[in-house]
Amino acid sequence: MLLSGFFGIPYEFRWSVLWEAPHYTWIIDGLWMTLKISALSWIFAVLLGIIFEALRTVPFRPLRALATAYVEFFRNVPLLVWLFFWYFGAPEVLPEPIRQWFIHHGMEFWSAVAGISVYHGARFSEVIRAGIQSIPKTQLEAGLSSGLSVSQTYRLIVIPIALRLIVPPVTNESLNLLKNSSLAMTIGVAELTFATRQIETYTAKAFEAFTAGTLIYLALCLSIAYIMNRVERKFAIPGLIARAERAEH
Amino acid sequence: MLLQGLLGIGIFAGGTLRLAIPAILGGFCLGVILGLARLARRPWIHYPAAIYIEFIRGIPLVMVIFWFWFLVPVFLRRPVPEYWVALTAFVVFEGAYIGEIVRAGIQSVARGQVDAATATGLGYLQMMWSVVLPQAIRNMIPSLVTQFIVLFKDTSLASIIGMMDLTKAAQTVTARELRPFEMYIFIAVVYWIFTYSMSRFSQWLEIRMSPEKVAS
Repeated sequence: MLLSGFFGIPYEFRWSVLWEAPHYTWIIDGLWMTLKISALSWIFAVLLGIIFEALRTVPFRPLRALATAYVEFFRNVPLLVWLFFWYFGAPEVLPEPIRQWFIHHGMEFWSAVAGISVYHGARFSEVIRAGIQSIPKTQLEAGLSSGLSVSQTYRLIVIPIALRLIVPPVTNESLNLLKNSSLAMTIGVAELTFATRQIETYTAKAFEAFTAGTLIYLALCLSIAYIMNRVERKFAIPGLIARAERAEH
Repeated sequence: MLLQGLLGIGIFAGGTLRLAIPAILGGFCLGVILGLARLARRPWIHYPAAIYIEFIRGIPLVMVIFWFWFLVPVFLRRPVPEYWVALTAFVVFEGAYIGEIVRAGIQSVARGQVDAATATGLGYLQMMWSVVLPQAIRNMIPSLVTQFIVLFKDTSLASIIGMMDLTKAAQTVTARELRPFEMYIFIAVVYWIFTYSMSRFSQWLEIRMSPEKVAS
């Protein structure tokens, strides 16, 4: 196909590169790797987020300070720098046998997972904190004064409200995590962006390759956003007004 | 090595700022246009803007950077320095996100202002320019500063296409000196100093602008 005449640009379109023999397997492998990294990092990030958010409410001051320091330090540094740190820098301080194990079992993958989970763990902790702080204390007091025990109040009133409040920002952060997984290509993880780059270097058909990658990312993000929107509406409590939260970075 | 790093910091942090500041300014202009377009009632203005914003927000910044790294030299038919490729990519990317901030800011202006302006006979653009936007921008400033901090961190991605910023400097020095652990921790601290001071500034700004609205 020669659409080059239209812009006067010397470029030949050849969309068949996308389904030629090794190329589409790269895309599929890349997509699978993206999903693997994102899912694993998401699980760790949510766990880290909950743990550090809980630590910040503990009455013991040094633990609180430690948790705050973790969140502020890891959140304010770009993810790319963290990935480089976890891939190039951190393995140096590992003891030798552990390091060898990692090198033989895909150091890139685990560095990427470590970097993304720790970074997004800090961000999730902020999001969860903002959500929980926006629950009026009156809910807790109302529950206690109605005769419920503390754990019952938390279980039946506070936590359901909290879960519904944090769904939109958590969805936003999760989409950010999915998009940030593309950074793992810089340390050599063969995920989707890496695969599109690979096709581009092999065939010089950058337009087709990038279009494929872009469409896949769009499909992933938009479908997740749509599904979470439906979930949010299905579980919404009528009359519960979510207060607008300050934009967290 | 620390001395080398400190001397380099000035130059390379300058590289990062050289990218971040024009990017936020350009992104702001684009964002205002997009935000207004998103709120327009005419569908032929409203839909392209909405599609653009949702499109850009759905793909990673790396992809946007690669698209421009590929497209700009092809369209201009000559090699382009990485700085301009990165700047274009960032303006396009940030424009979409700032468009959302602008939209939220405009929607936060009290409806009565719009009604009063229409009642006094101001046209749509006049109303936007003289009445709504000045108030909206005041509301937007905290979000805008936050977005600038995000942009500052995202400029590290420009190192992927080879632009000499703080992250790329770290990579270069590491290749030379082979002490990656210290180097990346050092760069992390530098980024942290910049970002943390900016976020403290943002908090100070918020308190100064509206002391009654700040949640403790």
